[in-house]
Amino acid sequence: MAADLGPRAMFVAGGTDLFPKLKRRQFEIDTVIGLDFLSREIGDGTIGAGATLADVSQDEHVKKHFAGYAEAAGLVSSPPLRNAGTIGGNLCVDTRCNYYDMTYEWRKAAGFCLKKDGDICLVAPSSPRCWAVSSSDTAPMAMALGGVVTLVGPEGDREVPVAALYQDDGIEYMAKQPAEVVTSLRLDASAKRRSAYVKLRRRGSIDFPIAGAAVAAVFDAGLVADCRIVLSAVASHPLEASAAEAFLKGKRLDDETVRQAGELASKPAKPLDNADLSHFWRKRMVRVVVEQALWRISDQKPGLDG
Amino acid sequence: MRVVGKPLPKVDAAAKVTGRAVYADDMLPARTLHCKILRSPHPHARILAIDTSAARRIPGVLAVITGADLPVKFGILPVTQDERALEHEKARYVGDPIAAVAATDEEVAAAACDAIRVEYEVLEPVMSINAALEAPKDERIQDYGGPNNVHKFVALEFGDVEAGFAQADHVREDVFFYQGNTHLPMEQHSAVATFVDGKVTLWSSTQVVHYVHRALAKVLELPMSRIRVIGAAHGGGFGGKTDPFAHEIIVAKLAMLTGRPVKCTLSREEVFYAHRGRHPVLMWVRTGVTRDGRITAMHFRSALDGGAYGSYGVASTFYTGALQTVTYDIPAYRFEGCRVFTNKPPCGPKRGHGTPQPRFGLELHLEKIAHDLSLDPVDLKRQNFVRPNSRTVNWLRVTSCGLEECTERVLTASGFRERRRKAGHGMGFAISSYLSGAGTAIYWNDMPHSEVQIKVDRGGVTVFCGAMDIGQGSDSVLATIVAEELGLEPSDVRLVTADTDTTPVDLGSYSSRVTFMAGNAALEAARKMRSLLTEAVEASGRKYDDVSFEEASVLGEARFGTLTSAGSYTPPKIAGPYKGSGVGPSPAYSYSACVVDLDADARTGLIQVNKVWIAHDVGRAINPLLVQGQVEGSVYMGLGEALMEEQAFRKGLHKWPSMLEYKSPTFLDMPDVETFIVETVDPEGPYGAKEAGQGPLLPVPPALCAAVHDALGIWIDEIPVTPEKVLEALRRKEKGEPARYGPPTFPAIPYPPAIKVEPPPKDLGAQAPSI
Amino acid sequence: MKEEVERDIERVVLALDVNDEKRAVLVPVHKTLLEVLREDMQLTGTKHGCELGECGTCTVLIDGKPQLSCLLLPVQVEGRSITTIEGMARGSELHPLQSAFAELGAAQCGYCSPGILLAAKSLLEGNARPSRDEIKEALAGNLCRCTGYVKILEAVELASERMR
Repeated sequence: MAADLGPRAMFVAGGTDLFPKLKRRQFEIDTVIGLDFLSREIGDGTIGAGATLADVSQDEHVKKHFAGYAEAAGLVSSPPLRNAGTIGGNLCVDTRCNYYDMTYEWRKAAGFCLKKDGDICLVAPSSPRCWAVSSSDTAPMAMALGGVVTLVGPEGDREVPVAALYQDDGIEYMAKQPAEVVTSLRLDASAKRRSAYVKLRRRGSIDFPIAGAAVAAVFDAGLVADCRIVLSAVASHPLEASAAEAFLKGKRLDDETVRQAGELASKPAKPLDNADLSHFWRKRMVRVVVEQALWRISDQKPGLDG
Repeated sequence: MRVVGKPLPKVDAAAKVTGRAVYADDMLPARTLHCKILRSPHPHARILAIDTSAARRIPGVLAVITGADLPVKFGILPVTQDERALEHEKARYVGDPIAAVAATDEEVAAAACDAIRVEYEVLEPVMSINAALEAPKDERIQDYGGPNNVHKFVALEFGDVEAGFAQADHVREDVFFYQGNTHLPMEQHSAVATFVDGKVTLWSSTQVVHYVHRALAKVLELPMSRIRVIGAAHGGGFGGKTDPFAHEIIVAKLAMLTGRPVKCTLSREEVFYAHRGRHPVLMWVRTGVTRDGRITAMHFRSALDGGAYGSYGVASTFYTGALQTVTYDIPAYRFEGCRVFTNKPPCGPKRGHGTPQPRFGLELHLEKIAHDLSLDPVDLKRQNFVRPNSRTVNWLRVTSCGLEECTERVLTASGFRERRRKAGHGMGFAISSYLSGAGTAIYWNDMPHSEVQIKVDRGGVTVFCGAMDIGQGSDSVLATIVAEELGLEPSDVRLVTADTDTTPVDLGSYSSRVTFMAGNAALEAARKMRSLLTEAVEASGRKYDDVSFEEASVLGEARFGTLTSAGSYTPPKIAGPYKGSGVGPSPAYSYSACVVDLDADARTGLIQVNKVWIAHDVGRAINPLLVQGQVEGSVYMGLGEALMEEQAFRKGLHKWPSMLEYKSPTFLDMPDVETFIVETVDPEGPYGAKEAGQGPLLPVPPALCAAVHDALGIWIDEIPVTPEKVLEALRRKEKGEPARYGPPTFPAIPYPPAIKVEPPPKDLGAQAPSI
Repeated sequence: MKEEVERDIERVVLALDVNDEKRAVLVPVHKTLLEVLREDMQLTGTKHGCELGECGTCTVLIDGKPQLSCLLLPVQVEGRSITTIEGMARGSELHPLQSAFAELGAAQCGYCSPGILLAAKSLLEGNARPSRDEIKEALAGNLCRCTGYVKILEAVELASERMR
């Protein structure tokens, strides 16, 4: 159906991302295709894409085995939005920019931008691309947990790693086909994997992340056997901190190791002046959220709060 | 007293918790048309042509109007009648209203706005105080004021300031900046108008039905007797609904043209453009003190970024210099103020009107002086506290004053003196004062500021008053006062308020005037009614307290006919003998003291406020529940301003006109608050009551900054205190530079020579006859 | 931009279950639940502060859980139970939360109160004895500009005590 209707149609699950954007005329479409049929089931390692963020964040099994994912889902926006918003929707949530997430009248006054109706990026006018920011809390965590999604489309079903859903572009931020729908998410259920998500935002609720760290690791005799660190809100896609991951392998999480991992992780982060607070400060905070997330999963200093 | 002083529920509480209260946007009379306003996309532009023909052709569009249909200018202050409901000559900020449509539904109206063609000649926008002080590249924003884009200068000197500085052992100068912010009422502004039998009726979400009434008469060119303004249930004001607004005039005009009800509800973005919020203010202050910390002289300068229109700006400018003397005994004082026009939404009165900015500067400045002299800041402030029943050097009359008691309460409760010294943890202290209503009216007249009528029959009591309940509980205050005098419960009293046809005038819910002024008017009316009823009951050989109220009312009506009484309140004429003395005098001042406890993270710059202790001298709490509510709400708003709220602009445009990006603290951002009500029983307030709705906001930002200094040893001389600023100040401290973040300098402003005013005679005091 | 507006708006007939009353409405398919409640069903107790999902004012309960009516299409909630502030009292008897809000001064201007009351109702139905932190978490999507939240927290605690 979506393939037939083309770009004038969009999928909607919870509607918490799409409807404000329709009101601000960021999308101008004729048809919304409801995804009410998506499974809401929260199974052992597989979660239906229609499950709400609230349900996932409160699910005992998810909390026990994928603590970081439950945390990330529970930190999205605010309680009423989490009751509507789905995990599938949060994986596909549009990139954000405070030149773009504005009403039609405002954007007209500012001059339209590359992502909608214009031909330059207002954040980086000399750049040929759009620098809108990936603002999902759960996508980095799903990546860190080795998540795999099922996509259903006109050409059949396929499974892809969560990481393969995204690409580094503010406009074409999703690598899937437009007519494909995320129908479920499977998280890696290896035993003993610890995970944590630390979100930075101005207020305790409502706000999107302005930096975030999703960390998942398996420990062997106190040493990091395997570790993934994925950052939110510092690029147009969830940004995997590969250098820090490699550095941590085989190490014990002590003060110096954690500090160095934070520094390595923050290097590729490139916040720009298109979200709340200054991008210089956000850049400095990346290492802080990474360190906090690492301490949260470490045996040595559990429970340090973000 | 029976009901005064009791924590009773508000008289409208049930309506508010059941969804029954009818706010302006809840009204939808039959055949209502919806109005949308086309606004300027340019911060500064001449309007060359407006073509509405395509819009008029759209099916469902019943009327399209432009500035040519409403050319008469208006404005809240008589001296700055510089606004038009729709501008057809020049746009002065992004959001300036240009044209309006009435249509059968909102979508049609919006489409019609899209179809209006406006030809602009874009002019260079002026976006900062410094730019406004310079010669404009294209042209000035307004054609009055000056030089350049200066709107207003004030320069006053009280006593011999030079001599005062000469006596000082220590003189210090500081520069501060307080960023602008907005009210953000939860309710978007809304107004509905009808035109029936040649008469306009307007229901609006306004704080000032009377001033809206006047502005409608002026712009619509109708006598006031043909206009009725009714205050709908009110979804939050904080000063943001205290001007007459374009949309109120527009819906009235559209109703006149179409003969149908017309409604306009602003979008949230439009509310940011309507604004009239806190002025961004740059401040410079110089104070001389003796070595033991007594102030000998003060010189205070302010520069206000006013936005594109006058609004309350002249008053705001005076207010940045008026109340310094009401908390501290300053023997010689010079004030120079300047407001400039910029191409931004106009600033005006927000909770504390013009005084939170200087209060922030003054409190931190005194903290710094105390540090210079190695004195305890609380001791230094305390020894300069103003005394009750005194006159300030700028002739302001202080009557009751609970500064000492407020200070003692918060210091004791918070353990401020014994606080643990630990890096990253801090506590800060500050005080403030605010008016209980402005002593002079916005337009000159000899009439009372508030009037109340009471009707009694068959046991029923109805109180009529123009006062507008904006959620602060003014209806409850009126009901409580009348109930107290007549021996009833507040819930026995019916209220008719804020309706220019049926109620006598009250000037409105601004400057914290309603409890004091409408309260005194209600007290007078109720005492007259009580005396009528008492006379009638006693003529029957019994005592008032021995008969039921119903019986008393029957006896009274039998003896006197229709039972009505009236009361009114006119503030005493206490302004000083100088030009500009009208801003600052109030029949009484409230006082507050505050302690903030916080943790500040040196690595991130993030601040976690743990608790706020606040004591407020309200004179007398007519309803302590409402007083606490006002105090807690003020602390909340003060914390929001201190930490995150910011009306910021980028390239001529409001940076984030949305509730997502304009940061308003949530449940999770609000610390515990411990409130102490201090009662000094003011000699002129009703039962001794003074204001509570604004003063308690004022000490919060400076107390927070003092606490940040206590925690990290840095001064953040600029509001809001964001984490970037904290880190930058720490970086400077580490490098051995001055450990502060704030404006480096104050611009050279061509203030005129100060008008020299002799201080009042030493023996004038508070009780002296009016001048 | 269109010079002429297309007026052939697609309308749907929906059976909505609001406050335990089933009502059929004929509404444009793109109209939000907020608009339909207020304009087509005259349930104006549901307020709005931004209409973009940013303030929580328009909160209603969908099958007992708070959601924002400005971000819902009625077609999405057909057949589900919708509760608005008008459905909170039983007859003329206030819900304990409403009584507590009134008694403690938790409603000042009252504009955010309907949304907060409903969110609190949902909280207490799932957790009869919430801690203060749990109350804050549950209500954190609802902004209030008047109260500083203090009296609201006290009122929810009072209602929770009385409802046990």
